[in-house]
Amino acid sequence: MNSTVATSAGQQLLSCHTCGLVSRPPATTASVRCPRCGVALHPRIPRSLSRSWAFLAAAIMLYLPANLLPIMHVTSLGQTRSDTIMSGVDFLMMHGMWPLALIVFIASVLVPVSKIVILVYLLLSVQMRSQSRPRDRTRLYRFTEFVGRWSMVDVFVVTVLVALVRLGNVAEVEAAPGALFFAGVVILTMLAARTFDPRLIWDNLEPSHDK
Amino acid sequence: MSAIIPQHHDLIACPECDLLQHLPSEQGRGRVHCRRCGCTLHHLGRDAIALPLALGLAALVLFILSNAFPLLEFHLQGRHDTTYLLAGIRELYAAGMPLLASVVAFTTFVAPALHIALLIYLYLPLILGQRPPALAMALRLTQAILPWSMLEIFLLGVLVAGVKLAEQATIVPGPAAWSLGVLVIVLAAAATQVHPHRLWDRVT
Repeated sequence: MNSTVATSAGQQLLSCHTCGLVSRPPATTASVRCPRCGVALHPRIPRSLSRSWAFLAAAIMLYLPANLLPIMHVTSLGQTRSDTIMSGVDFLMMHGMWPLALIVFIASVLVPVSKIVILVYLLLSVQMRSQSRPRDRTRLYRFTEFVGRWSMVDVFVVTVLVALVRLGNVAEVEAAPGALFFAGVVILTMLAARTFDPRLIWDNLEPSHDK
Repeated sequence: MSAIIPQHHDLIACPECDLLQHLPSEQGRGRVHCRRCGCTLHHLGRDAIALPLALGLAALVLFILSNAFPLLEFHLQGRHDTTYLLAGIRELYAAGMPLLASVVAFTTFVAPALHIALLIYLYLPLILGQRPPALAMALRLTQAILPWSMLEIFLLGVLVAGVKLAEQATIVPGPAAWSLGVLVIVLAAAATQVHPHRLWDRVT
């Protein structure tokens, strides 16, 4: 990448994440506010890497109980069955609902795993001052930000089933702790992605960073 | 206070790679992408006030309908029953899972309601030629709340749950299922319409 590209940090400018205004901060004061909308300005998200790592580590810890513990108990005709995330996908597959099984598998298994792997990779690549393929890495970041929320679908399935089946008296569905852990994984990975500052990927291309 | 770079209101820094660039004039349609990292910087050529306000008001009506009418109808052996959008939250709470109930309540009710309220709060005064009070805070809140408003994902959850039960009973989508479907589209459109950059140009 050529070194003549102008970034706001390179030009000693600050851009406001709320109103988008680019301004020149005074040289003296420590805390700077946007002259237009008054929000506090930071060249990069403060402590982006350590906060993102913290959220990610917490998400990884919750990931095991989220997948091993049942997300719901289904009682029908006197028999109680416990469903985990994976057995829910199994159930749909065995009943021939392939498209639905695929959607749930992607949203509940593939997306959380790939999101965690991608975020670990992005954090490590920034810390190791990688200069390779910044555009692709930004694309990966955008992907995790966009798809991460969709993992919540299984939590909503449980919510709807709990309400519906109670009504019909055909069976009883009870939410189980796995659903809460799973919601925790989704929320924590979303927070990890939101605190990661993708501009750090590009900072490593700046000449001043070539140490 | 810092100094505004004079005459450069169209100058923006890419939020994803920090590259400084000028926004093109509002002509034509489509998206403006960052020259370096390719992220979407701006949606061109749309009315900055009337459309978001219209979407916000439409969303308000649809949100009320979605909560007032049955979401799914349940038919089994001559008996039938209905469920509402908020029913699952109540059941989760009653079953001793208040934390999970709060997560669902926030993502399917509080966040979308706030999103809709903020759209109207921002654009109703603007169309009347007034500056909304606490504009900066309202904009910041809008940006913060957006990812947590998950009605479109909830709708997918309704679909999956309905299909799962379809083997044992007849499940019919209620009026709220249809209004929720439209609401999801309206809110997605509204999310692309709020451009803080242009909005501030208008009020300053």
